[in-house]
Amino acid sequence: MKALKKTLIALAVAAGSTAALADVNIGISLSLTGPGSGLGIPMQNYFKLFPQTIAGEKVNLILLDDATDPGKGAQNARRFVTEDKVDMIIGSCITAVAAAMSDIATEAGTVQLAAAPLGLPPGKDGWVFRLPQSNTVMGHAVVEHMKKQGVKTVGFLGYTDAYGEQWLKEFTPIAEQAGIKVIAVERFARTDTSVTPQALKLVAANPDAMLVVASGSGAAMPEMAIVERNYKGKIYQTHAAATKDLMRVGGKAVEGTYVVSGPAVIAEQLPDSHPSKKVAVDFVQRYEKSIGPGTRNQFAGHAYDAQIVLEKVLPMALKKAKPGTKEFRAAIRDSMETMGRTIFSHGVMNWTKDDHWGYTNETGVMLKVVNGDFKVD
Amino acid sequence: MQLSRNRILIALVVLVPLIALAPVPDFWINQFNTIGLYSLVCLGLVLLTGVGGLISFGQAAFVGIGAYTTAWFTLNMGMSPWLTVWIGLAFTAVCALILASITLRMSGHYLPLATIAWGLALYYLMGNLDALGKYDGLLGLHSLTIGSHDLGTGRGFFVLAWFLVLAFATALLNLLDSRSGRAIRALKGGVQMAEAMGVNTFRYKVVIFVLAALFASVSGWLFAHFQRTVNPSAFGLKMGIEYLFMAVVGGIGQVWGALVGATVTKLLDDQLQVLLPKWIGTSGSYEVIVFGIALVLMLKHLPEGLWDFVQSRLPAGRRTVDWSEAPNLPARNKPANGDILLDVRAIRKEFGGLVAVNDISFQIRAGQIVGLIGPNGAGKSTSFNLVTGLLGLTRGAVHFRGQDISGLSSRAIARRGMARTFQHVKLIPDMTVLENVALGAHARGRKGVVSAMLRLDRAEEQTLFKEAQRQLERIGMGDQLHELAGNLAMGPQRMMEIARALCGDPALLLLDEPAAGLRHLEKQGLIQVLRQLQAEGMSILLVEHDMDMVMQVCDRLVVMEFGTRLMEGTPSEVQESPAVRAAYLGEEH
Amino acid sequence: MDFSIASILLLDGLTNGAVYALLGLATVLVFTVTRVIFIPQGEFVAYGALTLAIMQTGKVPGTVWLLLILACVAALMDAFAQWRRHHRLVAGLQAALRTLALPVVVAALAAFAAPRNPPLLLQALLSTAVVTAFGPLVYRVAYQSLADASSLVLLIVSVGVHFAMTGLGLLFFGAEGFRNPAFWDLRLALGPITLSGQTIIIALASVALIVMLWLFFERSLYGKALRATAVNRLGARLMGIPSQTAGQLTFAMAAFIGALSGLLIGPTTTVFYDSGFLIGLKGFVAAVMAGLSSYPGALLGALFVGVVESFGSFWASAFKEVIVFTLILPVLLIRSLYSGHSDEEH
Repeated sequence: MKALKKTLIALAVAAGSTAALADVNIGISLSLTGPGSGLGIPMQNYFKLFPQTIAGEKVNLILLDDATDPGKGAQNARRFVTEDKVDMIIGSCITAVAAAMSDIATEAGTVQLAAAPLGLPPGKDGWVFRLPQSNTVMGHAVVEHMKKQGVKTVGFLGYTDAYGEQWLKEFTPIAEQAGIKVIAVERFARTDTSVTPQALKLVAANPDAMLVVASGSGAAMPEMAIVERNYKGKIYQTHAAATKDLMRVGGKAVEGTYVVSGPAVIAEQLPDSHPSKKVAVDFVQRYEKSIGPGTRNQFAGHAYDAQIVLEKVLPMALKKAKPGTKEFRAAIRDSMETMGRTIFSHGVMNWTKDDHWGYTNETGVMLKVVNGDFKVD
Repeated sequence: MQLSRNRILIALVVLVPLIALAPVPDFWINQFNTIGLYSLVCLGLVLLTGVGGLISFGQAAFVGIGAYTTAWFTLNMGMSPWLTVWIGLAFTAVCALILASITLRMSGHYLPLATIAWGLALYYLMGNLDALGKYDGLLGLHSLTIGSHDLGTGRGFFVLAWFLVLAFATALLNLLDSRSGRAIRALKGGVQMAEAMGVNTFRYKVVIFVLAALFASVSGWLFAHFQRTVNPSAFGLKMGIEYLFMAVVGGIGQVWGALVGATVTKLLDDQLQVLLPKWIGTSGSYEVIVFGIALVLMLKHLPEGLWDFVQSRLPAGRRTVDWSEAPNLPARNKPANGDILLDVRAIRKEFGGLVAVNDISFQIRAGQIVGLIGPNGAGKSTSFNLVTGLLGLTRGAVHFRGQDISGLSSRAIARRGMARTFQHVKLIPDMTVLENVALGAHARGRKGVVSAMLRLDRAEEQTLFKEAQRQLERIGMGDQLHELAGNLAMGPQRMMEIARALCGDPALLLLDEPAAGLRHLEKQGLIQVLRQLQAEGMSILLVEHDMDMVMQVCDRLVVMEFGTRLMEGTPSEVQESPAVRAAYLGEEH
Repeated sequence: MDFSIASILLLDGLTNGAVYALLGLATVLVFTVTRVIFIPQGEFVAYGALTLAIMQTGKVPGTVWLLLILACVAALMDAFAQWRRHHRLVAGLQAALRTLALPVVVAALAAFAAPRNPPLLLQALLSTAVVTAFGPLVYRVAYQSLADASSLVLLIVSVGVHFAMTGLGLLFFGAEGFRNPAFWDLRLALGPITLSGQTIIIALASVALIVMLWLFFERSLYGKALRATAVNRLGARLMGIPSQTAGQLTFAMAAFIGALSGLLIGPTTTVFYDSGFLIGLKGFVAAVMAGLSSYPGALLGALFVGVVESFGSFWASAFKEVIVFTLILPVLLIRSLYSGHSDEEH
């Protein structure tokens, strides 16, 4: 009898403690293959360094490839929601894929932490938060710099895809407000054999500055084509090109380029007064220790920021509900909206109930390519 | 065969809502929703590529047209999706007709490349139009509703999608087992035979092309209201290639192959995505590598597709004979014995500088068997092809039953009462003997594609099969009705071709080397048949090398050498002619 | 548009077109002998350029290990086939060794030389050798047993091989692109246009390859044997020409041409693991314009595609692909009607 009582008590304690030790499941959908792999793979690299427990709970990352295909992304989201019963979805790093996932996440009352600057119709982003800065935020930094340099006309050379399209749409009005006009627009594809015709047309228009909108090593060829045409004006690149791959492929031709970036990529050069300096340096050190020196990039920084989100939000949510429940997921959402100013490696984030973008217009940092490295301008 | 197939279909139709009601996990319902969407497109490919032989990489573009149409009209005009599907179908049909008129005139390998070309062109166009949201696409679509009940994207959608899949599959099965179906199945082997049976091959190519496009369009409509975002990436070349290999893996020649292929491919893709990371520890390119290898292995071992493997192990059904009470087909009025039936007037054919047929003239009177003989290379087959319209005349005229038929297509000539067989047997190996022969009666039927799909053509089918059976019994093959034509030996195949030609109710039968490759007894049987046909009033023009047979059977002979008519006369006159002997045996003796 | 811009565009178009022409030639070659529409032809291009790029960094490229693995698989298949036929283990082992010999030697050389940073030309040679050795192995493993299958099945097998090779490319080379150093840094100013050394090399290589192919097929015994296999497989076998050898030789040549093309575009284009597909597709377009049978036709078709692409990019860069692929349709239509090709042989 005494033995039975002891066993029962032991079991009760065990049951009680396992309830407290329920795992937190996070579903992550990234483009690990296909055209978006340049963005997804660095993020995957960081997720491999993710901590196993946060706020005393075990955190399970379920990472699936969406192959840059919105259909697959939607399927991943469905699987996360119905089979794995995740508490949060992270993904995808490509806008179109993230868009296909948003409806499913919203219907299931699960927070989607999009790793792409996903634009949604008003009122539809109640459950969707964005990790990256919007192109408008980065565009502001570019326009400010251009204004200071006295640029009045801009030539645009961008990818024929959603990224190029969004930049054009968001950059043009900001530029016009500052008295800068986009006088020529040309498009190209990442895998094109030659961008010479587009460069010819742009250089013939002779704008004060050129804006190249591409990502990673794909940003080198268009710039080299422009430089080859003896263009003497200023050349700007976007934040997706803020990686060493640009210099690796571009070599001498990309010296002197202005690249707008989030703070994460030039962590060490940030002034000590910059709020993100500490976390940015931490990110860079952790990432480069694991993957290799000089491999830091924008996208992995967003994965690091996802960790910061979880570290701040999970303790708040755990007070209200248990992982795996509807209430827990709602609590996560509420916590994200009320957690206030949070220091990310990419700047200061401030999500509110009305604003799920979070970054302010001052977040972008303008870098210059000097001697094969980035220097803050 | 029909009965068991009907039973299977009914079983499936009942199964679909049962599955939806059963506690199947939501995730699997969703998987099968996607599989259903893919199956619709693959069904179209089975018709177009598997049966029709026209390889198309561009089906994904038609899916896109269907999807974007409904997206634009529901978002911008507030229309109900049940209306926009018809707009989408109309728009798709127009596009398909335009593309068909360009693409289907091409032959061989130009066709698949043309489908790649316009598939890519449409994809980039969709991605560049502002009205369609460019590369971001259109967001915020709603799922389908019936009245106030929202079908959603789960079980309700499952029932709708799979009812549509089964309906389309049934329509396709019905189509392939009909007059139009036989014509379509003849397309793959080349157009000559079909045209000689009176089939308008170009028209049928356009029809299957448009049908396949319409199937894809419906898939696109469903897709838009399932994923609720429409984006060009699902409609590009990559997806176009995927639909094709789904169909091939499943068995592109069979309707059920489409469903099997879509299911297997999707499940494989999915399970790899989930299982491989567990085994290897990281996700990414491994899945696509293993998938590619799996694809190659599947095809190496089962090149005909998975369903073919299954079907070959199932008992083959037999067609039930239900047409004995059907009415006879109306017969053509035949010319009286002795009238001039065929009047060939100085026909000439030049290939560049080579004169293959040099102003040949001869006549055939009704009720005669005329033989066209001569050494190899004399131009007999060429003359044959000139008379039947397979080749164009350089000069000269051909009159048939008093009317000038020079320059008419072989199809038109066939419809006037001239039927022929071929030097190299042209039949459809995976159709039965009865079905092959029924193809000969194509011009005597009327029911089209839509009647076939809705199974409204049964009465006419019965009359056609009755006629086919009659002709087969006439030549002595009445006990082989349900054999697969590909399983026959050469002799019976040649006889079958004659029955097929007879099904056209011709006034003049043209036989191109009917005894070639026949054994002695079979030749005797052929002679019997020809004599019997003559006794029943048939006129025959025969090209033949076997002199014994020619001498026994023919009333008159026309001898050719080097494209020129050497002489014309009765068999005994020809046998005695020194000129003929010189032509065959040479002059030195 | 003035004359100087037009001439620059023309040169750009012709240079790209020359590379498409090489791929078009390879596609025609493979199709005529084996009836395979070889979609992964572009992957050989990417592999060639990227193998060299990785060697430049002093590491052993992943393609070397893939070569060894593939050689082992092919050797096993050969050994098994021989053992089944002769029921002697020795025969099987001999077959396996024959298959392994060349790939192992090439792989060993490459693995040995790579970390030692040899001169550019030697690295280029090794890269070419590694990728060329792939060709016959790919044929052996994926296509040989399907020699009599329909064109459609062979096409889908090509799709599978394409997926596998692209995925392996991502695995070995990563998602980012590479550029190779130029082989010749010369820059010649000719009026409005600047002729770079690379352009001259591309032109010379294309011409040389076309001439060599012509000589091979017209004058050499092996070439004639290949043409015989293309015309009538069974007849050629009866004459003692093994169709397996024909297939493997053809694929070796196709891989060589692919690797060469990769080396040619490496210095002027950023090559990604998935760049090959679109380039191969344009080569395929050129090949089909030639009716998949004529080499001069493929050359002309490719130059046409290159020039249309260049001018199209200038006029409306967002719609460049639409222009290229829409303009192909009338050309195909005219070509198809003109060739009067009989579709009776299916």
